[in-house]
Amino acid sequence: MKILIYIEDNDNKINSNSLESLKAAQEIKANKSGQVYAVTFNDIIANELTRYDLDKIYSFKNSNLDDYSPLFFIKAMENMIEEIKPDIIIFGHTYQTRDWVPRLSARLDIPFISDCTGIKIEDDLKFVRQLYQGKVTADFTVSSFPLILSFQSGSFRADQISNGSSEVNSSNIDFNDVVNTIHPDEKFQESESEVDLTQADIIVSIGRGIGKEDNLPMVNELAEKLGGNVASSRPIVDSGWLEPYHQIGSSGQTVSPKLYIALGMSGAIQHVVGMKGSQNIVVINKDSNAPFFELADYAVVGDILEIIPKMIEVLDS
Amino acid sequence: MKICVLMKQVPDKDSSIKISMDNLSIDESIVSFTTNESDAYALEEALQIKEKTDSEVVICTFGKDSAIQVVKDGLAKGADRAIFISNKDKEDLDILSIGKIISKKLLDEKFDLVLSGLQSDDDGNAQLGLIISELLNTSHGSLVMGTEIDGNESIKVKRELENGWFQWSKLDLPASLSIQSGINTPRYASLKGIMAMKKKTIDKFTIDELGCSEINSKVNLDKMYIPQKSKSTEYIDGNPSEIAEKLVDIFKNEMKVLG
Repeated sequence: MKILIYIEDNDNKINSNSLESLKAAQEIKANKSGQVYAVTFNDIIANELTRYDLDKIYSFKNSNLDDYSPLFFIKAMENMIEEIKPDIIIFGHTYQTRDWVPRLSARLDIPFISDCTGIKIEDDLKFVRQLYQGKVTADFTVSSFPLILSFQSGSFRADQISNGSSEVNSSNIDFNDVVNTIHPDEKFQESESEVDLTQADIIVSIGRGIGKEDNLPMVNELAEKLGGNVASSRPIVDSGWLEPYHQIGSSGQTVSPKLYIALGMSGAIQHVVGMKGSQNIVVINKDSNAPFFELADYAVVGDILEIIPKMIEVLDS
Repeated sequence: MKICVLMKQVPDKDSSIKISMDNLSIDESIVSFTTNESDAYALEEALQIKEKTDSEVVICTFGKDSAIQVVKDGLAKGADRAIFISNKDKEDLDILSIGKIISKKLLDEKFDLVLSGLQSDDDGNAQLGLIISELLNTSHGSLVMGTEIDGNESIKVKRELENGWFQWSKLDLPASLSIQSGINTPRYASLKGIMAMKKKTIDKFTIDELGCSEINSKVNLDKMYIPQKSKSTEYIDGNPSEIAEKLVDIFKNEMKVLG
């Protein structure tokens, strides 16, 4: 099988999610034989990739590819796919991927199975993804190739990628026939982050189960007594109860503390992707069916509003 | 402007999900259905644009017959009319095929804006709005957290990027926007709206009638299952005081995260 992997560049650094997905490509090659090609739109990234076991690295250059611009990215990838004719095209499931790869799929009439969490390599290849907010897992097959895949962050481990030495084929690309209708402005941040959750050892995280804003002080107190930081899922930030930098998950930060205490959180997939690497996970929720319990090392089926004050008392004594 | 809002019916987030005997579907008899969350935000955004400009808002829903409820709720909130495409006999189409069918109908309508929720709470592909932008050859913006009308030729959208970063992007019209939850505060239907809904037009089509019966999925569902636990979970019982004591003891003595 010919596999093409796109490596995303974030300010001249390899995007870790797209690099992890290289492991998926190498696993398929190891079992089904074939080639793994990487493509990137940045020469610095291309040079960094030479340390991995790849059959070739392609780097495309054009000033329209320096910053993310979807219609140019799609055109460059379209050219690449026409040249190499890969069976599988792999991406990390990043925010950029979500913005341009579905469109690439439609342009080339190649189906795109997005946000996969794994592959099963049997006689057939099976692609694993989650449905119903993580309540169900499903295996998918395809009736024909080519196919586009994206993998959720954390699906593979970057430290398991096979090393090697590979060559870069760097070339310029022309975009005479692209009519650009999408004009991105500069990126900006709305609120300066006051805490760096990625460095926290203990995170006390709240979800909708906290009920109302008036219950926040006890969460802050618990976090303080534990020497930890407060985080949350998206609905809490959307309600304006916490600043956006407290948000963990696909639209927030990715953390891996020593202890993650999830209070009144259902465990929606968008949240879980941001914290599943935590060393110890404690889940407290009234609803014994909350998917979050699947990830718990320690689980409590109970009311957080009763348990939090008691924990504060115990920590005080 | 002429605005289309793509809306889908999905199981309520709080519904518990049971897989059917065939391992290819869920037991729908125990599920309550609702409008997909981010689609409700997309509709609200369209209605707010309608209030600022002279626009028509058209709901488009693809799904099984019960999904007509989503259309009715949207019309009651203030959309002007609706297109309903029944997926009868073809319930397992992949997202690219669904995109092709919806685009076929939307092509005749020549919308200036197509709004959709970022992602559905059931399949979670997060692709439809983008697929449609390609098939209708429009501009696109995903993960939209704000919109600003910018004359008759373009629209400005505030897009959410990773780690708390944002970006404004100017999109030439026509455009397809996928809307992130939290962009606005969706309204409730008024009694007047509910009465008015009954007089509004819902044009219904089958896949056949749109000339799309030849469209077939290349992606096939093989099997559904409840996620396997990758770790063993220890449940802690007791009254709140006992639970609190046990937890703090575990933090100190087993995890060794407290001094």
